Amino acid sequence: MSKRIETTDLNVYYGSFRAVEDVTITIEPRTVTAFIGPSGCGKSTFLRTLNRMHEVIPGAHVEGEVLLDGENLYGVGVDPVRVRRQVGMVFQRPNPFPTMSIKENVLAGIRLNNKRMPRAEQDDLVERSLRGANLWEEVKNRLELPGSGLSGGQQQRLCIARAIAMEPQVLLMDEPCSALDPISTLAIEDLISELKEQYTIVIVTHNMQQAARVSDVTAFFNIAGTGSPGRLIEVGPTDKIFSAPDEKATEDYISGRFG
Amino acid sequence: MSQKLTREPEAAPGKPEPTPSPARPDPKRPGETVFRGFALGAGIAILAILAAVATFLLIQGSPALLADPAALTAKGYGPFLEWVLPYVFGTVWAAVLALAMAVPVAIGIALFISHYAPRRLAQPLGYVIDLLAAVPSVVFGLWGSLMLAPAVRPLFTWLNANLGFIPLFSGQVSGTGRTIFTAAIVLATMVLPIITSLCREVFLQTPKLHEEAALALGATRWEMVKMSVFPFARPGIIAAVMLGLGRALGETMAVTMVLSGGRNITFQILTSENPNSIAAQIAQNFPEAFGLKTNQLIAAGLVLFLITLVVNMIARWIVARRAAYSGAN
Repeated sequence: MSKRIETTDLNVYYGSFRAVEDVTITIEPRTVTAFIGPSGCGKSTFLRTLNRMHEVIPGAHVEGEVLLDGENLYGVGVDPVRVRRQVGMVFQRPNPFPTMSIKENVLAGIRLNNKRMPRAEQDDLVERSLRGANLWEEVKNRLELPGSGLSGGQQQRLCIARAIAMEPQVLLMDEPCSALDPISTLAIEDLISELKEQYTIVIVTHNMQQAARVSDVTAFFNIAGTGSPGRLIEVGPTDKIFSAPDEKATEDYISGRFG
Repeated sequence: MSQKLTREPEAAPGKPEPTPSPARPDPKRPGETVFRGFALGAGIAILAILAAVATFLLIQGSPALLADPAALTAKGYGPFLEWVLPYVFGTVWAAVLALAMAVPVAIGIALFISHYAPRRLAQPLGYVIDLLAAVPSVVFGLWGSLMLAPAVRPLFTWLNANLGFIPLFSGQVSGTGRTIFTAAIVLATMVLPIITSLCREVFLQTPKLHEEAALALGATRWEMVKMSVFPFARPGIIAAVMLGLGRALGETMAVTMVLSGGRNITFQILTSENPNSIAAQIAQNFPEAFGLKTNQLIAAGLVLFLITLVVNMIARWIVARRAAYSGAN
């Protein structure tokens, strides 16, 4: 359950403003791909086009194709709701549903599918997902308590458990550690390395060490200036991007000369 | 994404100033003293007003409460509790009927404005709803008695003929249309704006983060509303309903003008045997009342006051009961 993502000349617009220009990239299954780049370079926007979450903002639309194993996510008659059930997402700040218990949070996506699931199977899925998110041991005795009572790092892992309970093809992570302390960050990074055995993972990060630590492929985005669209400058194996990038801009960015 | 977000103002950097103790305001800052005094005064004033009203009700109503039931019966008023009970029923029943109609509609409108309507439509609609709140209750009364009552009679006849097996719609249909149901429709119209505005405000405050959490799991718009908006808004909805209930319980003019009520306790809502509300009862009888009758009516006012108090306490209890699960944390 891991699929390849391909985009060709993808443009993203907010109304008439072009936020991202001509992105062509292939994201291989069972790899971690990191998007890096300065603020406002469109990496988050581009990430959100991969599960059509950018459509939450009125006026946002794309030109071009996003193929998930050859199937266009923007094809005629493709329901964004179905896309999001295949492409899971973890956000910048942990966002468990505050009115739900830990268990209900994990099952939230399954409930949406209106699947009548026997209790034993539910318990099984909750345990499997929480183990998958390295959270089981910490919460197994308080599954009925509200998810908002956990620490920030635990909440973020709960959100990951919630996303993988859906058994998605792809897992998108939008700066998943930016609101976490270093220890929680390490826990999430370890988890990402485990999750890539099963999922295609795309992660946006501002932390270049993090990109170097967790990713197999790194994509560098940049903008020419305020008001101009973000572009994909360079994409390649993480080792190469961080040691011998082809583009001058990439080298300047990763060596801290700007951004 | 980031281009669209407005940057929050950052806390002004600089040396932390020594905070003066709140107990003793800095004499060099007269603004502090003035505002402190004003806020304190306002806080005391609201308590004083409430105490004044409660004292008035207690003192003026007590003769009727303490009078010998025999004496009251001799004057033709009947023992107080026995006398007031039908009106308590009428008050609560009319309010419950009104809320049963108004709450779903109000939540629907609020949701439409906050999450469904395009912005061009949402704003004017919000203004129209607020305008409804500006209509004086006497106008609602006129509308209810002169226009609505005759207009709903065919509906009443139809309900009675087709759904008469439900006790609510059974009995002999009123010839005038001035039943508790009509009064409840008018009340529902009157409480609609306040419930709608409050719900809309609460719905709009749902954190984007929670809405996106639901959407990213593959929720449809309605599922997102059920997962994120309603749980977050629950205490707000309850507060809005309680404000509406308070208004429906105390509404006098419209009920007085629309309803031809009596001392009936009945759940049939289409007949001419209707209960009356406390507020309407007071309004209808006060002009001619004297002596003990005045005290009796004021005591009824005290009962209404207590009902509202209890309703508010129940609302607070409901809101507090699930505080750990509320959207606030």
